[in-house]
Amino acid sequence: MNLEGVLAQIAAMLVALVGGPLLAGWVNVCRAWLQNRTAPPLTQPLRALHKLFWKESVMAHGASPMYRIAPYVVFSCMLLASMIIPTLSTNLPLAPAADAIALVGLFALARLFISLAAMDVGTAFGTLGARREMLVGFLAEPAFLMVLFTASLISSSTSLATIVSSLAHREFAVLPSLAFAGVAFTMVSLAENARIPVDNPATHLELTMIHEALLLEYSGRHLALMEWAASLKLFAYSCAGLALFLPWGVAEANDRRALAFALPVLAAKLAAGGFALALIETILAKMRIFRVPEFLATAFLLGVLALLVHQLLGA
Amino acid sequence: MSVAPSAIDGVLAVVAAWLAIGLAGLAAPRNFRFVAGFLFPVSALLGIALAALALAALPHAPEALLLPIGLPNLPFHLRLDPLSAFFLVVLGLASAGITIFAGGYFRPGEGTAPGIMGLQYHVFLAAMAMVMLADDAYAFMVAWEAMALSSFFLVTTNHRIAEIQRAGFLYLLIAHVGAIAILLCFGVLQANTGDYTFANMRAQHLTPFWASAGFLLAFFGFGAKAGILPLHVWLPEAHPAAPSPVSALMSGVMLKTAIYGMARVCFDLLGTPLWWWGVVALVVGLATALFGAVFAAAQVDMKRLLAYSSIENIGLVVVALGLAIVFTGYHMLPLAALAMTAMLYHCVNHAMFKSLLFLATGSVLHATSERSLGKLGGLMRWMPWVAGTALVGVIASAGLPPSNGFVSEWLLLQSFLFTGELPNPYLRMLVPVFAAGVVLVAALAGYVMVKFFGVIFLGQPREEKLAQARDAGWLERLGLVWLTVLCVLLGLFPVEVMEAIDPIPAALLGRGLLQGGRIADAFLLAPVNPARASYSPLLIAVAALAIAALVFVLVRRFYHGRTRRAAPWGCGYPWQTARMQDTAEGFGQPIRQIFEPLFLMKRELPTAFDAHPRYRVSIEDPAWRWLYLPVAWATETCSRLVGLLQRGRIAIYLLYSFLTLLALLFLTQA
Repeated sequence: MNLEGVLAQIAAMLVALVGGPLLAGWVNVCRAWLQNRTAPPLTQPLRALHKLFWKESVMAHGASPMYRIAPYVVFSCMLLASMIIPTLSTNLPLAPAADAIALVGLFALARLFISLAAMDVGTAFGTLGARREMLVGFLAEPAFLMVLFTASLISSSTSLATIVSSLAHREFAVLPSLAFAGVAFTMVSLAENARIPVDNPATHLELTMIHEALLLEYSGRHLALMEWAASLKLFAYSCAGLALFLPWGVAEANDRRALAFALPVLAAKLAAGGFALALIETILAKMRIFRVPEFLATAFLLGVLALLVHQLLGA
Repeated sequence: MSVAPSAIDGVLAVVAAWLAIGLAGLAAPRNFRFVAGFLFPVSALLGIALAALALAALPHAPEALLLPIGLPNLPFHLRLDPLSAFFLVVLGLASAGITIFAGGYFRPGEGTAPGIMGLQYHVFLAAMAMVMLADDAYAFMVAWEAMALSSFFLVTTNHRIAEIQRAGFLYLLIAHVGAIAILLCFGVLQANTGDYTFANMRAQHLTPFWASAGFLLAFFGFGAKAGILPLHVWLPEAHPAAPSPVSALMSGVMLKTAIYGMARVCFDLLGTPLWWWGVVALVVGLATALFGAVFAAAQVDMKRLLAYSSIENIGLVVVALGLAIVFTGYHMLPLAALAMTAMLYHCVNHAMFKSLLFLATGSVLHATSERSLGKLGGLMRWMPWVAGTALVGVIASAGLPPSNGFVSEWLLLQSFLFTGELPNPYLRMLVPVFAAGVVLVAALAGYVMVKFFGVIFLGQPREEKLAQARDAGWLERLGLVWLTVLCVLLGLFPVEVMEAIDPIPAALLGRGLLQGGRIADAFLLAPVNPARASYSPLLIAVAALAIAALVFVLVRRFYHGRTRRAAPWGCGYPWQTARMQDTAEGFGQPIRQIFEPLFLMKRELPTAFDAHPRYRVSIEDPAWRWLYLPVAWATETCSRLVGLLQRGRIAIYLLYSFLTLLALLFLTQA
């Protein structure tokens, strides 16, 4: 571990911390444009975080320490996840600590804590949200792993850095297995980030909400951490998708010039991805909660299919 | 060669001391303070001593000993090799925590007298140790039966309850069906030489047909003890019936003796296994794991839930065993070593976290006298010690980083990702499907554990009396903390653990994972090479804690730490009671709906016009209807037909004799 590596790691962390809320803001801006509304400023999520941190935190009478610990655990899981994914450089010092499987494990750990915290106060909506979140999770997690396994088998490694560099250096060809995996990944990331058609980030309608139901009792700094963690998750998923399906332009050394080149490339890719997400959210309708298992099972099967196609055809 | 000449003697001394402690309890069977307060803590220390002795002996060459007890000319052959030493370590570590907990757990006036229970308990411990040491079929079966019988008595501690009697009978029945299969397996393995020592079995070269017969018998026999599909039915009955420390010992350690037996027969006694045995183990193991996970999600009794979760974990262990067999069958030894390491690692992990969770349910049971999840809730406020330690067990059981459960799942998935090198194309095609199944099981385990912890410890208490719940006593806390610390250490230092496990694949397969060398970086787990895959739980844990602490300090520094308590918001609905939280049934509902074809479910839903609305759901294990009831029916019918012969009148029996004589005369004539 050298100084350059540490600096690159810190840069990646800062990019994630600021980039997460900005990405969420960008999606909102795009959505407003597509729906013919006046867009909020790009920095709106950052301002909202600042406001929330100033507010007093109101806790329910029965809340246990779990409720206070969870935001910190969830936030650090998400930040760690976005520091492990090769966003700017494939040579980060923290990257060997976790491979693709451990990355999914980190997301699952955050999910466990967020669900337990939602059950902590003991209101009807909290437990309802926890149940739905775990329902989405137990189907989305294997599907995501199947996508990662496909990429792992193509590059014969589960280390994300190796996957990115081997996919980036391969001769360009549209592999059928990666095409299946891409569709599966898109479906999973919509579900995992509480997006339409699985969940609506803008709703507080009792019967349909998942993510908002989990955060219903949170306020003040705890809510700010949870919201920040959610935007970090969106950022991490987007970057993971970019790493698997558009791996070009990530720096392989930690010198300043390479990083300075990688940053605008990442921003451009994220902007395109955010626009695509807004487009999906605009043209699709939210589905009933009972349909979600079918949707995710389809994603899971597509992931398995991608793996099978790779094993059978070697492509 | 004997490097540590005293290791096997030391292990035997611990076994003898356990038996002595058990007998000492008989001196004052009703003296509670003597048995629980003195004998059990001493026995826990012996467990630690056993673990230390076995751990020291693990890397060394096998030691053998002849014990001249038993029948004339039939002494006990004993042997301590890396495999048995490993399982002795598991026994010692888990039993230390469980025994110290048991010292604080049993209350006067419950079931069997404490002294007699202490005897059963220590015979159980000693028998398990002897199973690992036995080196001939005779000693093995004696120890195996002693283990089954002593645990049967422990399961039926509260033997006046009819339900517990039934559970005990079922357990005894399946244990003996399994024992018969194991006996037959040894009969096959000795290959008509009449010499039942394991050394002779190792020397035999069986034809593929007989070797396969031996494997299948062993898989069935040990599978009955491990609880693989469809022999699992005793587990969800026996675990809720037994006192919690006994459940912990049975689920944590006794199930592992079955895995020990499978590994011993497949890799040691049978020589080189055939690849298709592995496919059998993979299919059965995955089916068991999926079944266990799905059923665990639907349970409403906390110990029954854990029992199904044990079935799931055993399934995963059997999957790893199957993978190791497939790789060995194709002579891909490094990969076989990886899969075997995953199997053994999961064994020790499961022993620790499942014992921990069973003990936690024991404390909850004592504090509330409720086993049903629907009547618990909010216990974290009154039982912080139990809740805190159970949380570690829950994270481990859900297989999340940086816990120990994640390490073994990671190793298992890594060994799946190497199967592209298998020469058999059908297997190559099947393996991704298996990997998908394993991943699904792991994710379902997370669901189950959120349900378990959330419903018991979080939320509002569902009954008023829960507010009187008291936390565990200090002996119980000691046991819980011991197992928690082991879980954490096993999770944070996987490299050291794998180096300790490595002599086992080296001895059984002829090639370890590390090949005698050390893993280069002590903090980075990279079984093949770091570019291929790496994982460092310590780094993850430190980084996550650092981030959390930094965020905490920064928020306090730049903003504030003001907090106000108020009534819960709950979308503004004014009247919310504890009954409006999800019950255990409610939390499991999505799983029941998705996997509906697996369940035999009876549902009674009230309509809006019912004067006395009743809601009832009962879930039946399909194994009962499709396997056990037909077998029971066939047995009963056959015996009824045979019973027609018995008329109870001497004239008729004389007629039978006469007819038989006639028939025989006729046969000899012809």
